[in-house]
Amino acid sequence: MGHEQTHAAPVLALDGITKTFPGVKALDGVTLELYPGQVTALIGENGAGKSTVVKTLTGIYQPDGGRILVDGQEVRFPTAQDASAAGVTAIHQETVLFDELSVAENIFLGHAPKGRLGLIDRNAMRVKAQDILDGIGAEIDAAVRLKDLGIASRHLVAIARALSVEARVVIMDEPTAALSRKEIEELYELVEKLKAQGKAILFISHKFDEIFRIADRYTVFRDGQYIGAGEMADITEADLVKMMVGRSVDQIFPKRAAQIGEDVLIVAGYSHPTEFEDIHFTLRRGEILGFYGLVGAGRSEFMQSLIGVTRPSKGAIRLNDKVQVIRSPADAIAAGIVYVPEDRGKQGAILDMPIFQNVTLPSLPRLSKNGFTQMAEEFALTRRYTERLDLRAASLDTTVGSLSGGNQQKVVIAKWLATQPTVIILDEPTKGIDIGSKAAVHDFMSELASEGLSVIMVSSEIPEILGMSDRVIVMREGRMVAELEGDELTPETLVRHAAGISSKGEAA
Amino acid sequence: MTQLKSREAILVGAILLLLALVASRFPGFVTPSNLLAVFTDTAPLIILALGQMVVILTRSIDLSVAANLALTGMVCALINVSFPGVPVPVLVALALGLGALMGAINGFLVWKLTIPPIVVTLGTMTIFRGIIFLLTDGSWVNSHQMSAAFKAFPRETIFGLPILGWIAVIVTLILGLVMSRTTLGRAFFAVGGNPHAAVYTGINVGRTQFLSFVISGMLAGLTGYLWVARYAVAFVDIAGGFELDVVAACVIGGVSIAGGIATVGGAVLGALFLGIIKNALPVIDVSPFWQLAISGAAIIIAVTFNSRAGRSKGRVILKSAEHAQ
Repeated sequence: MGHEQTHAAPVLALDGITKTFPGVKALDGVTLELYPGQVTALIGENGAGKSTVVKTLTGIYQPDGGRILVDGQEVRFPTAQDASAAGVTAIHQETVLFDELSVAENIFLGHAPKGRLGLIDRNAMRVKAQDILDGIGAEIDAAVRLKDLGIASRHLVAIARALSVEARVVIMDEPTAALSRKEIEELYELVEKLKAQGKAILFISHKFDEIFRIADRYTVFRDGQYIGAGEMADITEADLVKMMVGRSVDQIFPKRAAQIGEDVLIVAGYSHPTEFEDIHFTLRRGEILGFYGLVGAGRSEFMQSLIGVTRPSKGAIRLNDKVQVIRSPADAIAAGIVYVPEDRGKQGAILDMPIFQNVTLPSLPRLSKNGFTQMAEEFALTRRYTERLDLRAASLDTTVGSLSGGNQQKVVIAKWLATQPTVIILDEPTKGIDIGSKAAVHDFMSELASEGLSVIMVSSEIPEILGMSDRVIVMREGRMVAELEGDELTPETLVRHAAGISSKGEAA
Repeated sequence: MTQLKSREAILVGAILLLLALVASRFPGFVTPSNLLAVFTDTAPLIILALGQMVVILTRSIDLSVAANLALTGMVCALINVSFPGVPVPVLVALALGLGALMGAINGFLVWKLTIPPIVVTLGTMTIFRGIIFLLTDGSWVNSHQMSAAFKAFPRETIFGLPILGWIAVIVTLILGLVMSRTTLGRAFFAVGGNPHAAVYTGINVGRTQFLSFVISGMLAGLTGYLWVARYAVAFVDIAGGFELDVVAACVIGGVSIAGGIATVGGAVLGALFLGIIKNALPVIDVSPFWQLAISGAAIIIAVTFNSRAGRSKGRVILKSAEHAQ
């Protein structure tokens, strides 16, 4: 669509770019064209390959195949400096800036104007930095330290830094994720200014309202593949959503029809001063309840509060018809609610500890007598769950750090199952693992549910949510926006609710 | 774990080599009676290193142990001067309690006010020394002011080993039991190994660190009485700078400054290694400068071992991070 438009030639183009990681094809022959004075929106689900494209464009990743073209000439970006020298600059989701340095120093770090003797010309630097800041309408003094600025101003500094290298292509990766409504408006104005200066802008966002508001063109990726591109004026939201999610959900999800039983967990009015508000639902025996939403919708924050890592300001829970007050993770474990965190590398296993000690850690209060651990019982419990998960290790006494990644995952799962929970919360259970392991995890979840365990699954992957869940709660900006079941569960409805689009296809 | 055990074997080898070198110059050093004397002399370092090991294991550090020792020792000496009739077991209990209280102050500041441990204990180190000065106006409590029973307790020998040495043995055994067989010991390893993961398993990270400071303080207090009684003198500056020897013993013993890795055996061996250097080198006419240089070199070699182990682990983590992309 729309390739043969009467545009000027693209400033930057990707042609058939492929990038493979062990077990994952992150980009599979993708095409992308960026034109001067135009905003191109890159649209796709999590895992579609957007971040990989950004890293390829900025010289952080080297493609395995395909060409990068600048003004029609093939180029290579072996390092980030090369990309920068070619005029490609990115403002990342979490821009790296330095709190203790001044705004001017942040803007010119690495390419500061030099005076005599090769020393940094601080005056020239400050004047130039102020020029750039004034140019983008930022009311920021270049001499103040970065740590005295708010988050929106920091963003403007990041943009000023991008412009200080004479950028021709500006990549904005989820630039509005952390901004307030007013700051977002200011960002839009800035984007308009950059357009007027003839910069080519790649705008990555999950929010359809802003894509329709500021983008001129779109490119859609799905599962690392190029799906289509064209003018925003020629497409509707409904069609865009279809392109984005339009895969058949008939991938092999081994969801077994589970016997859904009585109510197990009732959550009422759970609220937090800053993270989420009025979360309420009922979870039944043998049920898998999906929590869908964009990154930052407050799902993980709610789960952490449910298990006592943070305290809710309001709300109550009943578990098996008993009111439970959970003040700490220890309370949650004792009550029978466990949480398998998203970042299993950082929050999962204790690598320097032996397998059996990792597995029994949350069960120790039950396993110990008068504060003394019971070796034999610890090994028996560990053996039971590691055998069930088919964990391969020379001995249960070896450290978890010496195991392969997949086996480390199994240790983490065994650890939680060994507490014999009533409710298990899995946060992004298959994030970053290969297809084969994904299937194993899904199979296992299904098995747990069929044995009568109640499962809450937080996931940002639509096929996983649709394939595994009996019911789905969609969260957006800290609130429950939908509870979907049966025929209501389609990719389109999920994306609509999560991105805040009304059912008529208008931006909300 | 296997790596740790091999590190302890290396340390045992280093100690034997050191003893052999000293024996070739001065055979009298390795007679059983002298080795027992060296062990007894190193006992305070061993006891303090065991306390420090628990603190460092949980990603903290306690720089106030020597000041705690001096203050507790002074309080015991003053009580002995004013009330010579107070029996030694009561004094020992008092020393344990007072030391634990000072440790609890450190632990409380780290836990509830989340001040970095190095800052907290630098502050309390100075405060504890200052309190001794306030108590005494800088004057000394000397041998002739102390009762005979007070001074005799650590020196009394049972089966040829003075009580001071036996106490080091008993503390080692107790700590060995706590670290390997109790839920508290397990919590220390978990908090140091990965505090983020420990939280989810129901461990209270701050409370665990608090308890590590209480243990360290309690052992410092115990050592305070033993030290003052053994040397039969108490003043503001006793054991000045000793906290650095204690930390050094831990580091040489393979306790990871980054937390999560430590063994009781390692801490004891680290203390013994330093103790032997201090006792042996003067005997074979090595100048004080070289004694310091050799201790320093031992610390750097030990840290190099630690960071090597940490680096190879880092590579694995990076690989999985890339995989997750």
